[in-house]
Amino acid sequence: MSNHPADGPKPTAVAAGSTTSTPTVLHSRCEVLSSRELGAYHSLTLVAPEIAEASRPGQFVEIAVPEGRDILLRRPFSIHQASRRGGWAGTLEVVFDAIGPGTSWLAEAKAHDVLDVIGPLGRPFSYPHDLTSCLLVGGGYGAAPLYFLAEELRARNKLPHLVLGARDHDRVFKPIEGKRLASSIVIATEDGSLGLRGRVTDVLEDALERTAAQVVYACGPNPMLRAIAELCRSRGVPCQVSVEERMACGLGVCWTCVVPVLASDGGGWWNVRACVEGPVFNAARVWWDRWLGEPGTSETAMPPRGAAGRREGVVEAGRP
Amino acid sequence: MSEVASLRVDLGEISLPTPVLAASGCFNSGREMASLVDLGRIGGIVTKSVTLGPTKGLPTPRMAETASGMLNAIGLQNPGVDQFLAKEAPFISSLGTPVIISVAGTSVEEFCQVTLRVRDIPGVVAIEANISCPNVERRNQVFACHADQAAEVIGAMTRLTTLPIFAKLTADVTSITQVAEGCVRAGAFGLSLINTLLGMAIDTETFRPKLGAVTGGLSGPAIRPVAVRCVYEVARAFPDLPILGVGGVVSPADAIELMLAGAWAVQVGTANFFRPEATVEITEGIGEFLARKGLGSVTELRGRVDVPERVAEPAYRSG
Repeated sequence: MSNHPADGPKPTAVAAGSTTSTPTVLHSRCEVLSSRELGAYHSLTLVAPEIAEASRPGQFVEIAVPEGRDILLRRPFSIHQASRRGGWAGTLEVVFDAIGPGTSWLAEAKAHDVLDVIGPLGRPFSYPHDLTSCLLVGGGYGAAPLYFLAEELRARNKLPHLVLGARDHDRVFKPIEGKRLASSIVIATEDGSLGLRGRVTDVLEDALERTAAQVVYACGPNPMLRAIAELCRSRGVPCQVSVEERMACGLGVCWTCVVPVLASDGGGWWNVRACVEGPVFNAARVWWDRWLGEPGTSETAMPPRGAAGRREGVVEAGRP
Repeated sequence: MSEVASLRVDLGEISLPTPVLAASGCFNSGREMASLVDLGRIGGIVTKSVTLGPTKGLPTPRMAETASGMLNAIGLQNPGVDQFLAKEAPFISSLGTPVIISVAGTSVEEFCQVTLRVRDIPGVVAIEANISCPNVERRNQVFACHADQAAEVIGAMTRLTTLPIFAKLTADVTSITQVAEGCVRAGAFGLSLINTLLGMAIDTETFRPKLGAVTGGLSGPAIRPVAVRCVYEVARAFPDLPILGVGGVVSPADAIELMLAGAWAVQVGTANFFRPEATVEITEGIGEFLARKGLGSVTELRGRVDVPERVAEPAYRSG
């Protein structure tokens, strides 16, 4: 692989600026406006005007769960929608798979319940200045923040093209809304129950050609992000990924959710917090081999994790 | 309406406005928490441990949630003392809140070098020697596992500064009182009790350890009874020694429990992760408790545990 930087202690190049200023984070008690099933997933819409106003695509929120024997820590969720205009103004929507005790409890939330929310957290996706054609690639409910991003890109006269992948049709994230929102859409399911049979990586090269994409945004399971990063690198297309890593606080103080990131000058690397410096990273700067192991070794040797490979308490911007 | 009880705690030359501090590794230097909690209302901040050089830390996953707690294996990641002085020191000095600098290292020499560099930061009231982090390459780097090694580190540090030195100890030893004694004889001003307990969790689906480093430090309410026991034992052995109680404090009652066991003040760690304003909430709760009990000062709680005389000295502990 091409990334084998010197292992010298040189944190400054990538850590610089990381602690010099911290954006204001809000803490609110938010009423649940709606709680509903969304295919295989669950959607919560919260009344959170201050957080919604401050939110940008790619950022996440931390929602408290009842402190008890099994769980103590907040659960991180990437922001699917933050409505600042229209009938839903002042609301936030998060979408998740109820796979653990925290998300299962949240899935039981009902309208008018009140949740304790901290956000917006993390660095958002950045918008292209000159480029127009954008390819947004989402795996499973990892696609959630890409809808918010697509809307913001449209508002800036960009063309957001969408590629959605999932295990089956029930796990394809909002395909109808995706069709309405995107300039074009390609869907791939592993069982072929919706769209093309295969993974997003099988259809990505065609999509890059067809859309003449000048920038790629991706969110989903880490192995998928790694494959997308590799393809974008080989084609010279800039790529931003929203990553997932196990996270305790989401606030930047626990140092659990780190990702190895290469220094911009090519000298050295540093473990960078996904919650503060991420969850959105330049895919070319992530040292994938160090983070996820050599390709074809630990990942493929790992027993199946079930579902989309997501674990509760893992965040890329957190979605469990 | 009775008078408002005093929350101030004086530990020799250090005066803390409240008995509730933020624990090391759970608050950084406070910057990230500033928009969520009023740093001016915290009794003090113990900063994330700083080592001499940059330390990249351990591979992920670094965290696993467990029953009433969590495991972590960070491996003391920090940018090193030079970056700390450049980036954190000005912030620390601007705070006005008492700050205790946590110092870590893999040798006596490293502890000394870091101490020399941080001792003159304005606003720093003490140094905490983190000689008990379990997430180090070799267990023989856990100085607090041996009374003589702990004493060597503390003795060397106390020669380099007039700042009070608190030794942070681990409960993963046969007799914490013996290690405490070594530190006291070496000149420790006080002790922070306790660090995380070495633990492990395994994913039963994949058969893999849940932590990248396999083992890690257990924190949260799960370890609080261990902290209470350690504070109690050491406070009985050294009644005049300032002890900062640490371990699973999430509520006012938890803090009060540690003080009844003998702590002069407490540190809040894991609770900051899910309740960023925990330190202030706990402080308010202690104030309400003192008013309800008709106590004038939080110091009246110190060591007040009422142990029946006949069981006060468990036969199995010769300590």
